[in-house]
Amino acid sequence: MLEISNLHVIFNKGTVNEKHALKGVDLKLEEGDFVTVIGGNGAGKSTLLNSIAGTFPVESGSIVLDGVELTKMPDYKRAKYVSRVFQDPLIGTAGNMSIEENLALAARRGKRRTLRWYTNNEERAKFKELLAEFDLGLEDRMMQKVGTLSGGQRQAITLLMASLASPKLLLLDEHTAALDPKTAKKVLALTEKIAKDNNLTVLMITHNMSDAIKYGNKLIMMNEGKIAFSCEGEEKVDLTIPFLMEKFEKTVGEALGGDKLLLG
Amino acid sequence: MFQGLINALPGGISQGLMWAILALGVYVTYKILDFADLTVDGSLATGGCVAIVLTAAKVHPILAIIVAFFAGALAGIITALLNTKLKIPAILSGILTMSALFSINKIILGKRANVSASPKLTIIGRLANLFGMSSSGLDRNILTIGLCVILLAGIIAFLYWFFGTEWGSSIRATGNNQTMATAQGINTDRAKIIALAMSNGLAALSGAVISQYQFSGDVNMASGTIVIGLASVVIGQLVVGERGSFWVRLVGVVLGSLIYRLIFALAVQIGLDPDNLKLISSIIIVIALCIPTIKQKFFSNHKVGGEKNNA
Repeated sequence: MLEISNLHVIFNKGTVNEKHALKGVDLKLEEGDFVTVIGGNGAGKSTLLNSIAGTFPVESGSIVLDGVELTKMPDYKRAKYVSRVFQDPLIGTAGNMSIEENLALAARRGKRRTLRWYTNNEERAKFKELLAEFDLGLEDRMMQKVGTLSGGQRQAITLLMASLASPKLLLLDEHTAALDPKTAKKVLALTEKIAKDNNLTVLMITHNMSDAIKYGNKLIMMNEGKIAFSCEGEEKVDLTIPFLMEKFEKTVGEALGGDKLLLG
Repeated sequence: MFQGLINALPGGISQGLMWAILALGVYVTYKILDFADLTVDGSLATGGCVAIVLTAAKVHPILAIIVAFFAGALAGIITALLNTKLKIPAILSGILTMSALFSINKIILGKRANVSASPKLTIIGRLANLFGMSSSGLDRNILTIGLCVILLAGIIAFLYWFFGTEWGSSIRATGNNQTMATAQGINTDRAKIIALAMSNGLAALSGAVISQYQFSGDVNMASGTIVIGLASVVIGQLVVGERGSFWVRLVGVVLGSLIYRLIFALAVQIGLDPDNLKLISSIIIVIALCIPTIKQKFFSNHKVGGEKNNA
């Protein structure tokens, strides 16, 4: 359903700061795939997700989602097909607007916006129901400004927003990295549930190897703007942290150090 | 001095209410869209010039005011296009349009320094005629206050409705968090174009009413507009606070504009040189803007969040 072929991204082309961030990425995903993406800093993980979302133009190659050519489509139009959750919990929501307003904005993603009131009672009831499933007590605080919530709560709301308006693809860019371990675990469980309930195809970047192994049915490892290693199915199930570490050391040519990849 | 202030009151209230229309426009860009738009320094005069030239040419003043609104909206659209399509920074986009408008306003006036219309042709004159009142002195101020109250009530009702719709909600999201807005499929360029058109339309409307009140318009009538607008917005915010309902905050902007004029009248009464008034305006804004920061620093343990706290 997602078909990326020979994707190149070059930043600051023709300047001393030129960076060839993606060097011919090929990626094919099936509907319902949950792919975890790992790799060191500067490997091109976020660049890959951002080029699918349309944050910047790509140099060459193509991105096709369910037969729709996305390569040159402006980012706000791609939002109809692609939803996202960012690393920073502040980015995914509008802090000065209420929970209800944020959800209503997301529910209209990819639809024609009109001069009708921003939401209606039927929709409010649906939002309440969906929030209640999260078990965070947010269903009774619909009019509260999102800016008053904790990072974990905001991320949960962003996740719910990303699942509204039936997108085809969900992009998660280290969406639990800024949360404490307990909240991160909760948000990841929510992620899995939402992906399953809505039959979403998911690309999830993570710095946490055990999460990369635990979640999803496919895994890709990126290095220097290319996919260095990928596996799926049985092979993915049998992955171990030591194996991944060895693989990583071999492809990157250096030992894992510092905070490049957390073992969790 | 006290008597002098009382005498200055009707004129001050008229001024406060006429400029409150502008202040509501500034609120749309500065607080809702988070866009420091300097275009109003030109578009208010554009509104004034268009309205007075048409009125002098015997066009019905209501039609003249409506045309003035759209002329201002057009100026706002140009600033928005400079910013969104040509990627010129917001402040510079506003300055460029504002500066260009200075020449355009002169062309509208037919190269004359100012244009006057016979009082009986203006909206004030026509209202005076309708109610059997005079178009000068206290009557003129009473008519202006009445006209402005009706206009302001209509504008506040419109803004309250509009920013509650799907469109309005998209514009608020664009001002609050552009990345989020884009991720939710909002065309942020279009949101900016609509908000700037609305804001500058209101600035021009304000200028049009001012020119009807003065029975004349000139290219300099808008100099310092942005400072007056901002002062009204920040004073209004101090008066009604940030937490109130949206319409309360809009009414606060009108109160801010009135209070600003009162401070102004007081300053003149205690014998301050009118030439120093712009200095005073800037000082009022600085004080009004820094009060929340000072409060935060000395009276609370809360840390200022990393996020913008507008609207």
